Amino acid sequence: MSATKPAPSPSATMVRCAQDWRRRAREQTIISLLILLVALVALLDVIRPGMVSLNWISSTLLYAAPLGILAAGQTLVMLTGGIDLSVAAVATAAGYVMASQATAQGDARAVFFGLGIAAAVGLVNGIGVGVLRVQPLIMTLGMSLVVAGFLTVYQVLAVASAAAVPGFVTAVGSGTSLGFIPNSLVLWVPIAALVIWGLRRSGYGRLLYAVGDNPTAARLAGVRVWEVLVVDYVLSGLLAGIAGIDLAGLTSTATIDLGNSFLLPSIAAVVIGGTSIFGGRGGYGGSIVGALILTVLVSLLTIIDAPEPFRQVLYGAIILGVAAAYTRVVNE
Amino acid sequence: MSSSAATAIRPAQPGALERAVRRNGWTIGLYLLLLAFLLFTKLIHESFGAFDIETLAIGALPLALAAAAQTAAVVAGGIDLSVGALMALANVLAASLMLNQSFGTALGIAALVLIMGALAGALNGALVVATKVPDIVVTLAMSFVWGGVALLVLPHPGGGAPPEFQALASGRFLTEWVPNALVVLVLSVGLIWYPLQRTRLGLSLYAVGSDALAAFRSGVDVARAKIVSYTVCGLFAAAGGLALTMTTGIGSPLAGTYYTLSGVAAVVLGGVSLAGGRGGMLAPLAAAYILTIIPTDLLFLGADPNFGQVIQGAIMVLVVMAAGLISLRRSGA
Repeated sequence: MSATKPAPSPSATMVRCAQDWRRRAREQTIISLLILLVALVALLDVIRPGMVSLNWISSTLLYAAPLGILAAGQTLVMLTGGIDLSVAAVATAAGYVMASQATAQGDARAVFFGLGIAAAVGLVNGIGVGVLRVQPLIMTLGMSLVVAGFLTVYQVLAVASAAAVPGFVTAVGSGTSLGFIPNSLVLWVPIAALVIWGLRRSGYGRLLYAVGDNPTAARLAGVRVWEVLVVDYVLSGLLAGIAGIDLAGLTSTATIDLGNSFLLPSIAAVVIGGTSIFGGRGGYGGSIVGALILTVLVSLLTIIDAPEPFRQVLYGAIILGVAAAYTRVVNE
Repeated sequence: MSSSAATAIRPAQPGALERAVRRNGWTIGLYLLLLAFLLFTKLIHESFGAFDIETLAIGALPLALAAAAQTAAVVAGGIDLSVGALMALANVLAASLMLNQSFGTALGIAALVLIMGALAGALNGALVVATKVPDIVVTLAMSFVWGGVALLVLPHPGGGAPPEFQALASGRFLTEWVPNALVVLVLSVGLIWYPLQRTRLGLSLYAVGSDALAAFRSGVDVARAKIVSYTVCGLFAAAGGLALTMTTGIGSPLAGTYYTLSGVAAVVLGGVSLAGGRGGMLAPLAAAYILTIIPTDLLFLGADPNFGQVIQGAIMVLVVMAAGLISLRRSGA
């Protein structure tokens, strides 16, 4: 600091501090998200002292797992500038088909069926978006109508065979080991590790960012964009299928509206987590924290004992508020 | 109806008619498709007549208004995923206020509900402008807010409306082949959208939807255009909610959920580009009728009407694929 310059006024220092904080927040968005998460948990503990315990953390993770896995697929798709509106329908289909086929086909084959359907829907989405150049929004929305329609018809046909969630699926979805470690981490942790590693280190991960950032440049650089997109949507479908089966295990039941309430949260988790809906920017780490924030938010809204309408209004308003704050920080 | 008729009346330049047909090809094709569907229905169901047309018009009215709402948002480059929730809100507001009221009061309430819808839509638009969060995220979040408010107004299906108010959408107008529901639809779209489309403001919606930056640099107030488009969207959504009250006679806080995505389907089938800046109201309205007639036909054919949803989704995707292939071939040639 040179003596010739006048000492900065307090307000200027504050402005610089704020700018500094903004810059840091922009570079380390995940840190500010973690701070928000911790603040929410602290608020929960203030409202209901003693609530936050190992058991609470364990059940929160159990509830966050399906959303977190759905958000993984949604992240992969959004990084290419797409969106997958069929994740909820696909998750429901995988969970329901798995449960309704378990008695007749055996547990392992039923799970395989569920995942197969999920991957098949993802493949159709991928071909539509990648090869036939349909806008992702329309393609996945159309497929979600198709899947939901087929599922309604299938439910009428399959009504004879009672839906039963296999025991090991329930154990993974809702059980804990060693007292408090949630079993669904067996699914979620490897998926998270693979997605984060894949996005940062693998060639395919780089291609996703490249396609999302500038598809034309990617194509001119010799990337076969359609192949990248087809694989991307198959992965998203498959992850939605895994999430649906995990969800069936969590609730121990399978109905044809199993995953319907997860569509907005899966998008919100990714957006809150800092992945741009226009593609090319973001990552799965933020989406994980986003999924945790949304799950804690739901339990916060549950314990303040507000009536359901208020909870819905607050939930929507808070998602919007966080997304707005986030956009402001990033665009500054 | 609008532009093709207008060109036909005008003293014909050589090729003017041909140009109009080409420019409105999609709309004309869609109306021909609707006609084909009607004829097909007549073929498979002998007694299909004026009464069934009336039923169709009543059934299609809420979806057609949802499609009109979505179109208003989409031409300006947005998308409103809270249309269904707004419709439910208007539906329950109307039904809970109109219960045991006279017809005159009911009309006043209907006007209030329309104003409320426009204000709610304006709030959606203002939030999109102020937060700079993508439209789809804002309106998805707002769908929770409006859905919650609807539950607050009426937690369970109930309420009611005076019979005269319900009769607005049923019955026929002048001849037996023109159902009142169609008249209501044409009037509400004709009185709101077409005057707007002819003003500078209406043109600015298309300009912003086509290229927001270019519109801004040409001196268009982008924020105002966005807010106006969402306001009109909210207005049509409220009209759709009133239509639900007319056709069902009660209010249901969850009645609207179906119309968000089906409205998008009708808009896409109506050839309105989701990228914004292109498309009118006529084609989406025909699309709404087509999407309503499909489940009826399935029922007549003895198939499960639940396949209607499957066909709706498949048509939506196939239509966009076809449009993509056509434009690909045209640009390649």
